[in-house]
Amino acid sequence: MKLDAKIPEGPLTEKWDRHRFNSKLVNPANKRKYDIIVVGTGLAGASAAASLAELGYNVKSFCIQDSPRRAHSIAAQGGINAAKNYQNDGDSIFRLFYDTIKGGDFRAREANVYRLAQISNNIIDQCVAQGVPFAREYGGQLANRSFGGAQVSRTFYARGQTGQQLLLGAYGALMRQVKEGKVTLYPRREMMELVVIDGSAKGIVTRNLLNGQLETYAAHAVVLATGGYGNVYFLSTNAMASNVTATWRAHKQGACFANPCFVQIHPTCIPVHGDYQSKLTLMSESLRNDGRVWVPHNADDKRDPSQIPEAERDYYLEKKYPSFGNLVPRDVASRNAKEQCDAGKGVGETGLAVYLDFAEAIQRDGESVISQKYGNLFQMYEKITGQDPMHVPMKIYPAVHYTMGGLWVDYNLMTTVPGLFALGEANFSDHGANRLGASALMQGLADGYFVIPATIAGYLAETDMDRPDTDSPEFKEAEQKTEAKITRLLSINGKRTIDDFHRELGLLMWDSCGMARNEQGLQDALKKLPGIKEEFWNNVLVPGTGEQLNQSLERAGRVADFIEFSELMVLDALDRKESCGCHLREESQTEENEALRDDKNYSYVSVWDYGGENKKPTLHKENLVFENVQLSQRSYK
Amino acid sequence: MKLINLIVKVWRQENETSSGSFQTLKSGPISTDMSFLEMLDVLNEKLAKVGKEPIAFDHDCREGICGMCGAVVNGHAHGPENETTLCQLHMRHFNDGDTLVIEPFRARAFKVVKDLVVDRSALDSIIAEGGYVSVNTGGAPDGNAVPIPQDTAEQALDASACIGCGACVAACPNASAMLFVGAKVSQYALLPQGQPESARRALDMVRKMDESGFGNCGNERECEAACPKGISIRNIARLNREFIKAAIISYEK
Ligand SMILES: Cc1cc2nc3c(=O)[nH]c(=O)nc-3n(C[C@H](O)[C@H](O)[C@H](O)COP(=O)(O)OP(=O)(O)OC[C@H]3O[C@@H](n4cnc5c(N)ncnc54)[C@H](O)[C@@H]3O)c2cc1C
Ligand code: FES
Repeated sequence: MKLDAKIPEGPLTEKWDRHRFNSKLVNPANKRKYDIIVVGTGLAGASAAASLAELGYNVKSFCIQDSPRRAHSIAAQGGINAAKNYQNDGDSIFRLFYDTIKGGDFRAREANVYRLAQISNNIIDQCVAQGVPFAREYGGQLANRSFGGAQVSRTFYARGQTGQQLLLGAYGALMRQVKEGKVTLYPRREMMELVVIDGSAKGIVTRNLLNGQLETYAAHAVVLATGGYGNVYFLSTNAMASNVTATWRAHKQGACFANPCFVQIHPTCIPVHGDYQSKLTLMSESLRNDGRVWVPHNADDKRDPSQIPEAERDYYLEKKYPSFGNLVPRDVASRNAKEQCDAGKGVGETGLAVYLDFAEAIQRDGESVISQKYGNLFQMYEKITGQDPMHVPMKIYPAVHYTMGGLWVDYNLMTTVPGLFALGEANFSDHGANRLGASALMQGLADGYFVIPATIAGYLAETDMDRPDTDSPEFKEAEQKTEAKITRLLSINGKRTIDDFHRELGLLMWDSCGMARNEQGLQDALKKLPGIKEEFWNNVLVPGTGEQLNQSLERAGRVADFIEFSELMVLDALDRKESCGCHLREESQTEENEALRDDKNYSYVSVWDYGGENKKPTLHKENLVFENVQLSQRSYK
Repeated sequence: MKLINLIVKVWRQENETSSGSFQTLKSGPISTDMSFLEMLDVLNEKLAKVGKEPIAFDHDCREGICGMCGAVVNGHAHGPENETTLCQLHMRHFNDGDTLVIEPFRARAFKVVKDLVVDRSALDSIIAEGGYVSVNTGGAPDGNAVPIPQDTAEQALDASACIGCGACVAACPNASAMLFVGAKVSQYALLPQGQPESARRALDMVRKMDESGFGNCGNERECEAACPKGISIRNIARLNREFIKAAIISYEK
């Protein structure tokens, strides 16, 4: 297979303009003759469905939750970036582009990222017009804050609930089109299969989660905006229903998967407190501005933190990185925390936590200043842990947060299956090996509001207007395949619960394919995964039946896919022998134990082609060409 | 960490048409660090292991923001803690030996789907009638073109912080959705972008609310007390003003 990213000709700054000019259009009267399926109603899916319907296409919108408004995007806290330069602090489209490319450790496509930076400004305007109540200055102008990885203040926000406000804006736009009759909503549906006819995506099979019915839907194009797969690791900051099922099953139908091993781990989450734990909660990174990270000097020191004298505390980040100290980037902070815990110096009941201590800041600035800055975060922490960080040092631990990998897409956001598009966190496109804070919301909305409405026309204009038919054998076959899988899951009747398998898988992946990886660990994982899969399919216990609301069955299907997908993640991690972005490859370090990127050998996107059941996938490489930025190594010493 | 044992009386209902009843379960040792939903997870693992069907309950973010979770615990929607969703309620607020009575959100407009899962799609239908500003994508003026006083933006955000969980409806003796509608109408009534449609929005959303089987507001203030996001009933007052204004001066019907 030959990968063609379809990057438009011309200088970087003109590519998007030229491309839109050169693309075919669908004339307004014909738009209503095309049906488009959009799976997912997060920022990417809701904005796409609404915008496509506004143009006149007939849209079918699917989501797992009972309402489109509840997609995982709702939980994003910090903000959304844009190159408005409202602060007059030297920001520009080029700077946002540069920061994103550099933040991604030079593993993203220049043309896509530049377009993202260009569109960022339209997003803010659009959201304001929708009535999204962004934070304002006294004079009524939009307020900004700064975020990691940038020296300018370009993040727009609505308190700590930016994702919620943006999503409610997109959801409103979507519901308006529902009212107009241009969008049909299908909530509580899970996409189980992609249907490909004559090489092109023509529909999906879904399970109606309320009654277990399998349903088939046909369309001229299918858009996946199904989010990220961080829940591979069992514990993550993702919502419980976040999954890889939609993209994985599309992958098995021919959509290549790019950079599956690129996962972001967030350093400041509330630590795990027991085996029963179901998810991890993010605490804003801003806490590291005033908190000092430490562990006891000696391993297995179980004393209360207040009993550990200064001299016996190890402020390891300040010691190791004197110039950045506690403010080192996400990956460095995460990795070092794990290192300390692995060395037995972790604190708390589980030993999987480090302290984030505000005592010095409180002494310096007073309780009221600290409370003003972090009051709501402290409250949230106290709600969950029952401890007040004003008096007891906070405990934090890294957690899986975001997945940069996803379905490979070209400049048009089309996957390697014609007619199948991927948007938002579900695609791989813009963040390289590491995503900057406040850039996921930007990308989701850029894809949905502005990119797909323009690029899908180019595909549809060349597509037969005849409505595909769900009676065709391909639909029947896909439906039967789904049915067989469900029947099998329900008939195993084994001894181990679904969560039990998921936990085992998560732990294995966290240890071997998390923030630090090595050849040996990855090889071991690769050997263990088939065993987990084998046991799952012989010993999982899925109670209930298929003809009803059955949340166990839903989870079982998702975990089955996570198990298969993990193998691809490990293969990808094995191939990439360099340290890069969020992950450290232990064999690739500088003398000072810092991550060492290898541009000579790994300046490519890994694009995996499904090989078939129990067969090895094929690796294709999209070489990355940098014409507008100079590659540089990071240093935080 | 402390361990407590609880008696759990939970509503079990096979499907929309079947009649339900309470099932009494012993929780076994529960860590006080668990969230309420994690307590249910533990119960469910135990049920599954002995071949029984787990308790169905809705949840997703488990961070108090998606609005998916919710149940009535000992008579309180989302349980006894103030401004806390069920997923953010922690077991340290209960004592060893307590009995927990757990029921779905009940209202004429919400059908029980199974156990604690209810159908809240009526709330989406209300939004479809006007819970937005009618602008298409593209062509929006610069974000700073219309200044919005900080206070106004903050008040609008107070209103739009609603997570659409339906606790207000479940808590209301009349199963009214006035707090939900009031919050949305207020958000746009406060902002300049919402003005052109404000009359129609209030009329249409209230009409849809009535049609969907929600009751009238009787000023009981139970909604405000149950709201996990602290949405104030001032929003209902604003809705009433908007509604009357619309009904009197507007040409729209
Ligand atoms: C705690 C937290 C805080 C964050 N904060 C920020 C921030 O401040 N700024 C920022 O830029 N980013 C942030 N992020 C990242 C950002 O929120 C996500 O990357 C982004 O919202 C993803 O949006 P999406 O539209 O791609 O997918 P999602 O919002 O994940 O939506 C996925 C949709 O697909 C549907 N779906 C999934 N699978 C199926 C299936 N099989 N069948 C049918 N439907 C399916 C779901 O129902 C849902 O509607 C944060 C993430 C987390 C976890
Ligand atoms: S699960 Fe999202 S609000 Fe409780």
